[in-house]
Amino acid sequence: MNLSILFTPEYKRIARDGLWDNNVILTQNLALCPLLAVTGTATNGLGMGLATIAVMVASNWIVSLNRHLIPSEIRIPIFVLLIAALVTLVDICLNAWMHELHKVLGLFIPLIVTNCAILGRVESFASKQEPLPSLWDGFMMGVGFTLVMVILGAMREISSAGTLFANASVLLGESFRFMEITVIEDYKGFLLTALPPGGFIMLGFLVAGKRLFDKKAEKKA
Amino acid sequence: MNLETIKAPFDAVLAKIKVWLEPENLEKLRPQLHYQTGVLAGFALVAALLLGMADLVTRDVIQLRLEEDLKAKLEEVIPAELHDNDLLLDTVTLPSADANLGANETIVYLAKKAGEINGVCFKFVAPDGYAGAITLVMGIDKNGEILGVRVISHTETPGLGDKIEISKSKWVLSFDGKSLENVGFEKWAVKKDNGIFDQFSGATITPRKVVLAIRRGLEFYKANQATLLATGEKS
Repeated sequence: MNLSILFTPEYKRIARDGLWDNNVILTQNLALCPLLAVTGTATNGLGMGLATIAVMVASNWIVSLNRHLIPSEIRIPIFVLLIAALVTLVDICLNAWMHELHKVLGLFIPLIVTNCAILGRVESFASKQEPLPSLWDGFMMGVGFTLVMVILGAMREISSAGTLFANASVLLGESFRFMEITVIEDYKGFLLTALPPGGFIMLGFLVAGKRLFDKKAEKKA
Repeated sequence: MNLETIKAPFDAVLAKIKVWLEPENLEKLRPQLHYQTGVLAGFALVAALLLGMADLVTRDVIQLRLEEDLKAKLEEVIPAELHDNDLLLDTVTLPSADANLGANETIVYLAKKAGEINGVCFKFVAPDGYAGAITLVMGIDKNGEILGVRVISHTETPGLGDKIEISKSKWVLSFDGKSLENVGFEKWAVKKDNGIFDQFSGATITPRKVVLAIRRGLEFYKANQATLLATGEKS
């Protein structure tokens, strides 16, 4: 496969949209339920993000392949059916073959179904575009989502427990133990940021920061 | 019969499907009600088949993983030198509806060495934790002394109530070696309730409920001690 296609203006646009301009969380403000539930630690955010990428890529690709088959009147039930089936597949496969990871993420995986961002991408992009751009869009949107999850998870973890990427070795394997850092020794903890309300407040700062940055960039241009 | 004659009908069908799948043809079909019904049913069928197959492939593997998990938990509360049997296979199921252990029946895993019973362990639930049920596993030696207690799952407040986890604090180790006899029924409580067990600063309800659930577990063992020890002698 020729990878240079990824540097054409169309694909660059998709990547920019997913990572920044149309970021699932920071701009579209979607997927806040899994976001707040899972980002207690950076590792959980990363794991949830990776699982979401897989589902997003697969659902975008499948819908795009079948886009001529699906009548617009019944597209929503079909999309929901597809996404729910994919999430269940990911759930049972993880449980069987990556059991340690499933113990960490298990509770959150069914939450991916409630991630309206996936339905949103399928509806607004994949159902109108060729399979390859759809695949790329799902991937980039997923990566943008994962980045925010990890950043918010890191902010909450450092402020609530004083560690960073705790349990990363459970998620990614023993060789990633180096990622587990204790940022603040003997930290007494700040409960608020470990709970969803604290996550919501921090998310507010992130969204505001992104808007501020965009405004400044606009002025410069 | 040569290959061509077998292939010909297949090719004809494939060509027909190809024409049918043309975007122009599908565009004409899409507004029709019977087509919509068919497509939805088709997607449902494919999804159901996929999930069914995935379940068939993974069911045994998942069951195995869950058993490994349970075994690892049980072996944390029953020291290895006390048994040489497979804990998962040597079990007795006792009615526990009156014991308030969160289930109507409790599976008791027997730890035996050379056929002689050395201790038991079982899973039980404190249904009344601060934020929901707390599932525990406890090992007891044949005299009623606690060999170990671990929390399997809970939803207590992070940073406060989660000190009942062994990974967060050594609190659950304070039960080791204790029994209803050497502590006394009245003293088996948190210090705030004139007992001997520590509570945590900022969280009293969680440790109180865990302490009381463990006491109920010990009473459950005591009530069934004779039955359980008798199963060891028979074998």
